[in-house]
Amino acid sequence: MILWWRTLLAFPKLWQQRQKVFEQFFEIGNASLLMVCILSFFIGGVIALQTGPVLVERGLANAVGGVVGISICKELAPVMMSILIAGRIGSAMAAEIGSMRVYQEIDALRTMNISPIHYLVLPRLIAIAVALPLLVIFAILVAWLGGAFVCTANSRIDISFAAFFTTLRDTVQVKDVVNGVFKSFVFAWIVGVVSCHQGLITIGGPRGIGRSVTKAVVNSIVLIVILDYILTRILLRS
Amino acid sequence: MSTPTPHQQGIAVQVRGLRKSFNGHEVLKGLDFDVKSGEIFVLMGPSGSGKSVLLKHIIGLEDPDAGEILIGGKPTQSANVLEEYRLAMVFQSGALLNSLTVGENVALYLVEHHLKPPEEIARIVSETLEVVGLKGAEDKMPSELSGGMKKRAAIARALVIEPQLILYDEPTSELDPLSSVVIAEEIVKLNQRIHVTSLVVSHDRDLAFGVADRIAVINDGRILTIGTPEEVKRSTNPLVHDFLAARFDRG
Repeated sequence: MILWWRTLLAFPKLWQQRQKVFEQFFEIGNASLLMVCILSFFIGGVIALQTGPVLVERGLANAVGGVVGISICKELAPVMMSILIAGRIGSAMAAEIGSMRVYQEIDALRTMNISPIHYLVLPRLIAIAVALPLLVIFAILVAWLGGAFVCTANSRIDISFAAFFTTLRDTVQVKDVVNGVFKSFVFAWIVGVVSCHQGLITIGGPRGIGRSVTKAVVNSIVLIVILDYILTRILLRS
Repeated sequence: MSTPTPHQQGIAVQVRGLRKSFNGHEVLKGLDFDVKSGEIFVLMGPSGSGKSVLLKHIIGLEDPDAGEILIGGKPTQSANVLEEYRLAMVFQSGALLNSLTVGENVALYLVEHHLKPPEEIARIVSETLEVVGLKGAEDKMPSELSGGMKKRAAIARALVIEPQLILYDEPTSELDPLSSVVIAEEIVKLNQRIHVTSLVVSHDRDLAFGVADRIAVINDGRILTIGTPEEVKRSTNPLVHDFLAARFDRG
């Protein structure tokens, strides 16, 4: 919480750090886009595969698109992509900052009166807070495509592409997508703050860096799952 | 700003009753000494005697349990000494940022504090690297440099700050004798050119007696003796004598 607050206080310095924000943003995109694409397509596909035959057998074929669409955008895309980013980007953040801490690079920054919060943490947090919601929007679209593909190709479901998206459009509202994107925005802060914090408190050489990376990923995932429940309760009420 | 101006003045450092413990183990046990403005002061002592911890206190990376450090007459705890004075530290490992090129490392202070336009920063970096014998190394990554080159790049990074006080942590450790001589020459040349106050922590006796105006010998968190190199050589303290005379003799 302290690191999050100190980062918020550093916001006026954001314009000066814009170059680093863009670098981090593109790094997150480059590192994650292909994996997001593959993961989302198959998540959409597997949800369609699990729910499609059951719904069709009960004469609810026109609900398949809606069920897949809602579950993807409200729950699976934000949670799965945040967990993916915690593993792929959070671990890299903790390792990089942890290595800089162990090898005295952060001390060197401080002796030059350069705040590690401004120089290292702020650009990473802003970049991940922008990149993760965008990745989630992309993931939702790809997962819907995956679901539609399975519904068309699987003989036990046998719903056309157009029928799938018609039922999806009738069921999924803009606020459902906004809910998912909002969740991912909160999760992005969690991954960023936890990973940067673990990096900054790293001690003890390469083994310490390994410990920090593990803690960053595990703590991020645990917090994502707990917060997902809390956010879902709050968003359902509203 | 070009390479440091010759009329620049160093600042004095006073250490008063400095104490520091880590996990119940007292590392600094009441240190008292002065470093005069513009002098090269070498702090010698065996490994683990608290030398590097002391440097971290002076630059503000650690807070003391008791005592105080005065820089330019002002206590470091009462103000942000790094904002008021230009201090620089050359770390034992160099501590260059591995993700940046040598040029970007040297330019970092000027870039992050927005002190100069980019063209001027490029010129200053080029000139400063030439001063430390690394002309044309701007685009190299730290991983491509030898130990001695890393130390010289770290000195270049410290130089662009135009420091009034520069702290060297084991500047010749892990270096071959020739590279050690080059670093020692850099320390003396820098002191002569800009009259910066230099505080060197080392257990390299050749470096200490070669560059120092005054030397302090520290052991187990206490100062054993302090004086000019000649005075320290004449010290009657048996621990100082043993430290300075220690030599491996196979015969």
